Order: sequence, then C-alpha cells, then structure tokens
Amino acid sequence: MNIITNPFYLQLLVGILTGLGAGYLGSFMILKRMSLVGDVISHVALPGIALALIFKINPFLGAFAALFLAVAGIWFLERKTELPSETLVGIFFALSLALGILITPEPELLEALFGDISKIGPVDALITIALIAVIFFTMFRIYRGLTLSVVSKQLAQSMGINVSKISFLFLLLVAVIVALGLKVTGVFLMGALVIVPAAAAKNVSVSLAKFTGLAALFGVLSAFGGILFASYFNLHPGPIIVLASGVIFLLTLLFKK
Amino acid sequence: MANQETILTVENLGVKFDNQEVLKGLNFVVQKGDVLAIVGPNGAGKSVLFRALLGLIPYSGKIQWAPGLKISYVPQKFNIEKDLPLSVEEFMKFKEKNPEKIIGALKAVGITDEYHIEHHVLKERLGWLSGGQLQRVLIAWSIIDNPDILLFDEPTAGIDVGGEETIYNLLKKIKDERGFTVLLISHDLNIVYKYANNVICINKEMVCYGEPNAVLDPSSLAKLYGGEAGFYKHEHEHNH
Repeated sequence: MNIITNPFYLQLLVGILTGLGAGYLGSFMILKRMSLVGDVISHVALPGIALALIFKINPFLGAFAALFLAVAGIWFLERKTELPSETLVGIFFALSLALGILITPEPELLEALFGDISKIGPVDALITIALIAVIFFTMFRIYRGLTLSVVSKQLAQSMGINVSKISFLFLLLVAVIVALGLKVTGVFLMGALVIVPAAAAKNVSVSLAKFTGLAALFGVLSAFGGILFASYFNLHPGPIIVLASGVIFLLTLLFKK
Repeated sequence: MANQETILTVENLGVKFDNQEVLKGLNFVVQKGDVLAIVGPNGAGKSVLFRALLGLIPYSGKIQWAPGLKISYVPQKFNIEKDLPLSVEEFMKFKEKNPEKIIGALKAVGITDEYHIEHHVLKERLGWLSGGQLQRVLIAWSIIDNPDILLFDEPTAGIDVGGEETIYNLLKKIKDERGFTVLLISHDLNIVYKYANNVICINKEMVCYGEPNAVLDPSSLAKLYGGEAGFYKHEHEHNH
C-alpha cells in the first residue's frame, strides 16, 4: 500500500492538504471580512490558465500569475480605501471568468472549470506538500499581526507591526492555495473551499484558536469525505467536496454561538 | 510638579496629507507625571498628533522623546464586531504571555474577582463585552507591560457619561499607583478640568496651551469651537 504508487491515495493526500490550507487561510479571509473576495478570487485564475495553455507553459504558473495580479490589485484597493471595494471586486472577477471561458481551449475548459483530481501525480503531491509547509510556516509568523490589524489597524501599527506588508504576504498565500486547489476543485469552486469551511467554523467558535483549527479541520473533512464519496459513486470530486463543506456548514448552524 | 523631568519636547510640529496642512506650528513640553489633555473639534488633527508622536506618519519639525521610554497607545478606532472569534485571553496574550500578569492587569482595572476573571472574562469573546468592560480590557492591555507613557485616544463612543466618568477615575487611580504620564484626547471639557494638569487646544494649529483653568477662557474656546463654546462652558458648571 504505497502512497506514491497508488493514484487514489495520492489524490486523497493532495485533497486533504489542500483542504487543510484552504480552511485555515479562509478563517483569516473571514476575519478580514473578505468573504466575497475569497469566494470569487479563484475565477481570476481562468484567463491565466488559458494563456498558459495557449503558450504551452505550466497551467499552475499561469493561474498563479493571474492570481498574483488579482491579489496585488486587492491589496492596492485595501490600502487606498481601508476596506476592499466589494463591488469592484465582484465585477472585475466575474468579467475575468467570462474572458477566461472565451479564450480557454475547448478540450481543457471543463478540466479548468471543475478540476480533475485524477491527473494528480507524485510531482503535484510534492509541490503541494512543500507549498502547504510554506503557508503554515508563514502564517505562524504573521497570524498575530494579522489578527491585531483586524482588531485595530492603529493599535497594530503602534506595536511596530507592518500591517501593509503582512496583508500582502497573506493575500499571496491565498493566491498560492487557490492555484494549488485548481486541480482539486477547479476554478469555479476553489473559492468555496476557502470560505465555506471557515464560515462553518465561525458559527461554533468563541476563540481564535478554535476558529482557525476547526476551519482547517472542516477543510480536511470536506476534501476527505468528498473524494471518498465521489470515488465510491463514481462522481466528479470537485463539486462533491464543496457540497460536503456545505453540509458541515448547515450542521454547524444547529450549534451556532 | 515636584520632580521636573522632561519626557517629551515638541517643536514646530507640522503634518501634511496630500499637500494639505492638517497640523502646523505645535510647540509643547510634557513632564514626567503630567496628564496632558488634547482638545479640539472633530477633524482638528488630534488623532493625527498622536500618530505623529508615535512615528507612524511623516511630519516636519521636532518630536523628541526622552530615551528608553515605553509608550502604550489606545487608539480611537476599534473594529470589534460581536461575532469576532477572539477571546479576551487571546487578545491579552498577543501582548503578554504570562497569565499572572494578565490577571494582575485585569485586577488593576477594577475586575477584581480572580475566579470570575479566569472562568468568565478571559474565556469571553472580545466582541461580547459591554462598552465599559471593553474599555477596561483595553486599559488593562495598555498598562500590562508597565509603560512610562500612555496615549489615550478616547475610545469611548457609545458609552454614557456616567460610564465615561468611571473610566477616567479608573485611569487616574492607575496612573497614581503606577506613576506613568498620560496624554489623552477628549471631546469633553469636564474631563479636562477634572483630570488634566495641562491642556493643548488645537484646531489644525495651536489655539491655547497651559493649565486648563488658566487657558480655557471664553475667547480661546470661541476660537476653538466657534458657537459651541457656550454649551461646553455650561456643561462645566454641573457638579458631578
């Protein structure tokens, strides 16, 4: 039973790690009141994937480049207006999805939109492990400043925290996790895997530790449950993963604090 | 003041945002143990002054702190919604990990029951605290590392006058016990008369500076607040 040679275990590993990172980062997206941004940011990846396919480079890099531009734009808006401009984000991200659908080559379109976990190989697994490690290492260093800057930007600044820098670092990590998730859930649904488990965790959490921990756990459960269920019934895993997170959200509503 | 030790000297301080002067020509000195109040109408640049003093924004002129001072700051703007998943304990631990010091600081701000602190206050969501409780917690946060100077930007919105009065009593009590220096921004001249030994009135530039009873005369108040001056004077005549 070797994980490296068994494609199903490999998919499960990548799915679980992606859910872990997405749930955890999602909790800070919600803390920063950027649910909408989190939900639709993955749409921006599609034109990047399309251009990568057209110019025959790695789609992950294309997706990441497009996401990088998007988070740089959000970061800029955040600095200018204190709050992200939700309307602008909603419009711009929806338009980039439309553009992406138009220019993505037909055979790859479905895969890009909904992911294709069966294409995951050992190299993808290694990249995922490495980047998830980077995400958690970076978050360990910036979560205090990130949280304080939500409570009061001035308070954080007065304690020598570079609010602008850590906000950019954080958004960069969000771009990384969304790019990683594109093979798992696809462009349409990756944003949901960032936001829904975290929204569920918020329903039942009083403390930050519980909130972020549960968000990560719910992300893992969604991916694990979704992939198992999809495999058993021979369904497409991406939508099932997101539906699983939706079921968790509904359950947490019963225990809302 | 018996022991005159200058801890802050400000000379010809000016701040510009996008070429607009928001503060200009401020000159004042703060001695150890002072309570200096900063008053002025909305948009007069009071919070900007604090941000300049903290070195958070560019300025012209001179701001000279005595070396080695520990400065604590309670800003005006907080963004704590009811559903923010952050417990009081976690918030305090962002500044001080030692649980005994956290309990000590909460006791100092008048939450005296240790059992209550450990089992209720610390476990509570920050956003569930009442306005008065939140202020106490913010003051506890600001004094936990024994600062030499406290900059207090009146985070009192939504608190009734009675409650506000208590917070300043509390602040004065802690100041007397721990002997730090306070710079406070207040909209309420009653607070200034009662607690401050010095006051600066600013409306982009310095309108008055000195002891409250000496400098808050009708002409400088009129210059500061325009037509509202009479209202403020009237309020002062009530005895709380």
